[in-house]
Amino acid sequence: MNASDAFAQLKFRDPERARGLRDALDRLVQHADHAPVSVMHVCGSHEQAIAKFGLRAAFPEDLQVIMGPGCPVCVTDVPEVDEAVALAKQGVRIATYGDMLRVPGTSQSLADAKAEGANVDIVYSVTQAVELARENDEEIVFFASGFETTAVATAAVLVDDPPDNLSVLSAHKYIPPVMEIVAEMPETKIEGFLAAGHAATITGSGVFEKFVERHRLPVVIAGFEPLDVLAGLAKLLEVINSGEPRVENAFPRCVTREGNVHAQKLLWRVFRPTGGRWRGIAHVPNGNLRLRDEFAQYDTRKRFTIDASALWDYAPPKLVERCQCGDIMAGISSPAGCQLFGKECTPDKPVGACMVSAEGTCRIWHQYGGRPDLRSVKRGAA
Amino acid sequence: MTRNARLIDERITLKYGTGGGAMRALIEQVFAKGLGDVGEDGIGLAAMDDGAAIRIGDQYLVIATDSHVVQPIEFPGGDIGRLAVSGTVNDLAMMGATEPLALTCAAIIEDGFSRDVLMRIWESIRATCEEAGTTIVTGDTKVMGHGELDGLVLNTTGVGLTKRLVSDAGLRPGDKILVTGTMGDHGLAIMATRNELALETTLESDVAPVHTLVRRALDVGGEGVVALKDPTRGGLSSALHEMAEKSDVGIIVDETAVPLRDEVRAVGELLGIDPLVSANEGKAVFGLRPDCADGVLDAIRSHPLGRNAAIVGECVAERPGFIVLDTGFGSRLLAEAEGELLPRIC
Amino acid sequence: MCLGVPGKVVEIDHENQIATVDFWGVKKQVRLEVCDAPVEPGDFILNHVGFAIRRIPPEDAAETLALYDELLRLADEQDLMTADVRAEIDAAPDANRPATGARDERK
Repeated sequence: MNASDAFAQLKFRDPERARGLRDALDRLVQHADHAPVSVMHVCGSHEQAIAKFGLRAAFPEDLQVIMGPGCPVCVTDVPEVDEAVALAKQGVRIATYGDMLRVPGTSQSLADAKAEGANVDIVYSVTQAVELARENDEEIVFFASGFETTAVATAAVLVDDPPDNLSVLSAHKYIPPVMEIVAEMPETKIEGFLAAGHAATITGSGVFEKFVERHRLPVVIAGFEPLDVLAGLAKLLEVINSGEPRVENAFPRCVTREGNVHAQKLLWRVFRPTGGRWRGIAHVPNGNLRLRDEFAQYDTRKRFTIDASALWDYAPPKLVERCQCGDIMAGISSPAGCQLFGKECTPDKPVGACMVSAEGTCRIWHQYGGRPDLRSVKRGAA
Repeated sequence: MTRNARLIDERITLKYGTGGGAMRALIEQVFAKGLGDVGEDGIGLAAMDDGAAIRIGDQYLVIATDSHVVQPIEFPGGDIGRLAVSGTVNDLAMMGATEPLALTCAAIIEDGFSRDVLMRIWESIRATCEEAGTTIVTGDTKVMGHGELDGLVLNTTGVGLTKRLVSDAGLRPGDKILVTGTMGDHGLAIMATRNELALETTLESDVAPVHTLVRRALDVGGEGVVALKDPTRGGLSSALHEMAEKSDVGIIVDETAVPLRDEVRAVGELLGIDPLVSANEGKAVFGLRPDCADGVLDAIRSHPLGRNAAIVGECVAERPGFIVLDTGFGSRLLAEAEGELLPRIC
Repeated sequence: MCLGVPGKVVEIDHENQIATVDFWGVKKQVRLEVCDAPVEPGDFILNHVGFAIRRIPPEDAAETLALYDELLRLADEQDLMTADVRAEIDAAPDANRPATGARDERK
């Protein structure tokens, strides 16, 4: 068996193994000495995979898989969005990943600013922002969202002699610190974490060892194919049942204990972790990634005077006060428990960022029907 | 009012053109108000079917009209001209009028448009008309100022006669859903040409007139064909949502049975776009009574444009208006694409 | 966003550190400078927003499948064990039945 065969035959999507793993989950949950068993994942791509493959309908009823604060766009705080919107309205050209366009700031999103005439480009990669800067004389600001995996790409571009008219407005975030916050919340019932396979490809599995020691909560690193997710959860249940919390790597083809050292060096050469607010989660120590002083010349915050005060003249819409994104992201509430969900807050007219991003809990629930009871659905086609 | 109807916004934005719920709301609340009544024995504007039908003697006159704004004008597998002819011929066919009588074609051209490109488009229109056994009998030409229009816009209207109308609203629990071939080809082929994505693919649009394919199916299935639609904007998802809403049934789709080209699947994964919400321009979706389903499937597969046809779903009484997707790993609801996922694809 | 998708390297521009990668029939250019190992045509890489972040060693695919199979086997074994224990309990005369764990109200 080589990788070529595996990919060619999409063995990581083999329905038979999937069935076996689902049954394994059933049995593992039954062996737990309590119900329900609650675990959390902290990655928007995991939520996408679970939603896309309809895995929630396949999980045992007594297994709760909660999406934590793993959507980088969702946790981008209002003042950060305001910075970008203010710049756009000041006439500066902004390039950003598509998801960020509709995230609401205090009163406007970048999409609103664009509809009013601001110059906002959607890019699919930071290298496109570089091309924009090379092809144009004007200033280009790359509004950079994403967790550590994506920050590596931004870092690579910044050490590669970028054009002078490019600067980066960093809203990048770092995941491990927010796991600490969730683990320390008194209301939390989380018994274990599924960690993001791609972030761990960069940071290595070792980065979770101290966390596990401190909080006595297991962490299993999982990939994103359906078998990866099911196997990761099975492994997590197994470790929970064993009563011996530890770090386990269920994504060995991409994750090693020390990770991608070269990428790590690059990441920490360009970025420094600082404390900051995550939307709806309050302060996360070391959760934000900002450019180091050596890269000040490419730091939008140093290059421009950003005046966001005009945006604050608008009183925050009343709806925002009733938005439950923070609790939803911390795993304490669910979209079904939010009064605005599906009514005043829809993908068309989002109130909170969870409804905006393709990876946001509320958006995915709205798109895929949340967690309707589809267990009874039997295949009907001939 | 359709399920989940919402009031339209003050400003008409791109999402109203994507063929989904927003567009249906626009038609209901603006276009169809006070217009489109053709009497009891006919299909008018309010039905929001692929075309209209007016009773004449012992037959129906079927009329369908489309405007085409696709960008780029020439794309892998076709161009705006082939799209225009195929689109209208197919709309007529979806109502049961599989022998088009004639087409019109109006062109709005931007000042500065290349004559050679125009001639290529027209050659394509000629060739597709010949393929479809029809012709353009009248039209109109306008030229607008440079920058007032993006290149070229075409509008085509088609007329045909049929003794039997096929609705898109005749489903009941137990009926089967059939697709005539691979899904998502056109939309993703267009998407892949957008330069900024920098993808190298051999994806091609499936644009083609499928009226002879539909004819074969109707001849075999007869009254057993109870719903028929072409899954254009919004893809299979939109077509099924409309059928399910109009008939008040739920539909369960076996995702593993839906035919997909490997490359379409790959581009869809890379871009995060579900092929089931991506447009098709050479396919049809049938709702069939169970006893005729296998016969119709064989008939369609015997046609060159139907080799990959498959039965992919079943209607149920539960969850009317909703489409449930059995993914092979679990199940989820198949949603309609809400916003301007893929602008200017047809 | 092109997030975390694996693909096969077809061609490499060593000077500019750019690979042409095949994702099940679709080709895209991917930058190599942050990859964790040198890459050759035929290798599989994990792409994240246009950068290769991992060279996936071919033997690791087999390791992953082995992991899944091991989990299946373990779950099977746990099940067998429970069946044995249950049989013993049932066989013992006047045995105290173990209390079943309380289950939370289903939402």
